[in-house]
Amino acid sequence: MKSERHSLAAKTSVRRAWEQFIQFLLFVCAFISVVTTGAIIFVLVTESIVGLGDSVAFFQQVSLWNFLTDTKWAPQYGAGEFGILPLLVGTMWVTGIAAIIGIPFGLATAIYLSEYASPKTRSIIKPLLEILAGIPTVVYGYFALVFITPLVIEPIGRFLGIQVDTFNAMSAGIVVGIMIIPMVSSLSEDVLRAVPRGLREAGYALGSTRFDVSVKVVLPAALSGVLASFLLAISRALGETMAVTIAGGVRPTITMNPFSQICTMTSNIVSMAGSDSPAGSVEYRSIYAVALTLFVITFTMNVLSQFILNKYREVYQ
Amino acid sequence: MSDPYYQRLQRRHLTSKIFAGVCLISTWFGLVVLAVLMTGLVLKATGTWDPTSTGAAKATTNWLTPTLLTHQVSSDPENAGMIASIWGTIWLILMTAILSVPMGVGAAVYLEEYARENWMTRFIRLNISNLAGVPSIVFGILGLTAFVRMFGMFPNASAIGIPMGVGMLKIPLPFGKTLISGALTLALLILPIVIIASQEALRSVPQSIRHAALAIGATKWQTIWHQVLPASLPGIMTGVILALSRAIGETAPIIVVGAVSFISFNPGYMESATDLVSDPNVILQVPASPYTVMPLQIYNWVLNSPNPEFKNVASAAIVVLLTVLLLMNGIAVFIRNHFSKRLDW
Repeated sequence: MKSERHSLAAKTSVRRAWEQFIQFLLFVCAFISVVTTGAIIFVLVTESIVGLGDSVAFFQQVSLWNFLTDTKWAPQYGAGEFGILPLLVGTMWVTGIAAIIGIPFGLATAIYLSEYASPKTRSIIKPLLEILAGIPTVVYGYFALVFITPLVIEPIGRFLGIQVDTFNAMSAGIVVGIMIIPMVSSLSEDVLRAVPRGLREAGYALGSTRFDVSVKVVLPAALSGVLASFLLAISRALGETMAVTIAGGVRPTITMNPFSQICTMTSNIVSMAGSDSPAGSVEYRSIYAVALTLFVITFTMNVLSQFILNKYREVYQ
Repeated sequence: MSDPYYQRLQRRHLTSKIFAGVCLISTWFGLVVLAVLMTGLVLKATGTWDPTSTGAAKATTNWLTPTLLTHQVSSDPENAGMIASIWGTIWLILMTAILSVPMGVGAAVYLEEYARENWMTRFIRLNISNLAGVPSIVFGILGLTAFVRMFGMFPNASAIGIPMGVGMLKIPLPFGKTLISGALTLALLILPIVIIASQEALRSVPQSIRHAALAIGATKWQTIWHQVLPASLPGIMTGVILALSRAIGETAPIIVVGAVSFISFNPGYMESATDLVSDPNVILQVPASPYTVMPLQIYNWVLNSPNPEFKNVASAAIVVLLTVLLLMNGIAVFIRNHFSKRLDW
């Protein structure tokens, strides 16, 4: 009897240790995401701000002032010129055009799905939008370069009398805009649907039309969530790479003409990573500085969108 | 009828109708554009109709041929195939899945079943949702530094060999531009997606199942392993498949971690699929092998080929890529619908 109890106790303590071990293992899994973020920041900072050991970081060779104010980006030309403004301008063109297309269409889609569509229509449209979101960006780039530029942008350019480059910001912006429609619509639809029925019914009881209820009651009630979805979509457009590289080109210029070739921060990274710059050279390190800029911008927008979502969320009982 | 109230009411109804129409058109806008582009793509790939014919003489050639699926890349568009990139994608996704699924599901189990509501848990949650918003190219930069170059810790490239029965598994140090680097990078990239999807699947398992198992004396882990995980498996699998199909389409991080663009051999120098059985040693050569993947092959055909005919080859390759993705999405939807019917709590 005694030995039996003893073995049971031993078994229990082994099992308890096992349980503890499993819990620790699972915690490690969860912690890997934190390590990943830490590693991203570590890599970007050590390569661009403070060099580790005897390696020299990007900003120890190129001053931050030059980086932010120089109007030329030509890393492989002579001593190299590293002004990020041309890349920022290119990124802003693509993101701006994408936002002009993606946000209104996405929001209208969200309003339609949440306020007008029958459950059956919704069950057809939502999976179709998911397909739209699941298409690889390299395919969008192909569409922009092979179909949209020659068949849509060039005729428009001819009509307006503007020279259209084979690679142009307009076609890249249009496809990125189409790409973010599902993102805006699904996030916005969620918050629109979370607005309680009572508010809508109160609106109808006062004699409102559907338009009045959707735009003057539901939309303001869900405004914070809708804005958060805009920010997330814009941050996605900022980080979009392949479509922009294929359709927008890789020539960094400060241009006011959306029909001309541009270079975004992301396509600059791709073209530099694909080139044969030796590891350790300034031009090689420049991709870290650009990536850091991109990371800071998108990270700020993501945090901001979460902040808006939490802070200004109307809580309904 | 000229009653101003009535006029105003009519105007408001008209506004409402116009607004409904605008919303409806907007909803279909993206889908119609997509349908038009897809049609154009298939017509171009099959050579049926080509509004943007690039190689005038051969504009009507059908590019969607068995050659594309069986041949290696070639400077002759008619003979060009994408077999190396197909194998590259298969191996890359397999390795990505092996790396990311246990980590992702483990993290989700911790967050849903174990974590107490404290600052650490909140920090991890916040971190995961932020990580999901980091541009994929930044993950590429991370992979380039941490895996391809390993922070320059190994200035002289070396390798360690692990005996694995049929042969030696060679692990180069640093990992270099090999499949391991690519798979590790993609695994970190899709980790947030896998975690979030698994969390949702775990949350959908009712508490009563857990209570019942715990009440009959099961330990916490026994409850999770034998009850909660099997019950949430369909949801987890759906999420994993969708995450992997996202990984298949990822190109930017793969370019940065150095998939080689012009590559004319399969990973592990495998001649054909029968090698997997007749010479299992090739499997061990795969992780340390240079590689290319389907979207990267397409990117190269679209952008870096002097011969414009390759844009046609690219359109056929895109059809192949999209077919694979559509199949994976179909499987995910099937699992979701099939099992959610059976597991009705």
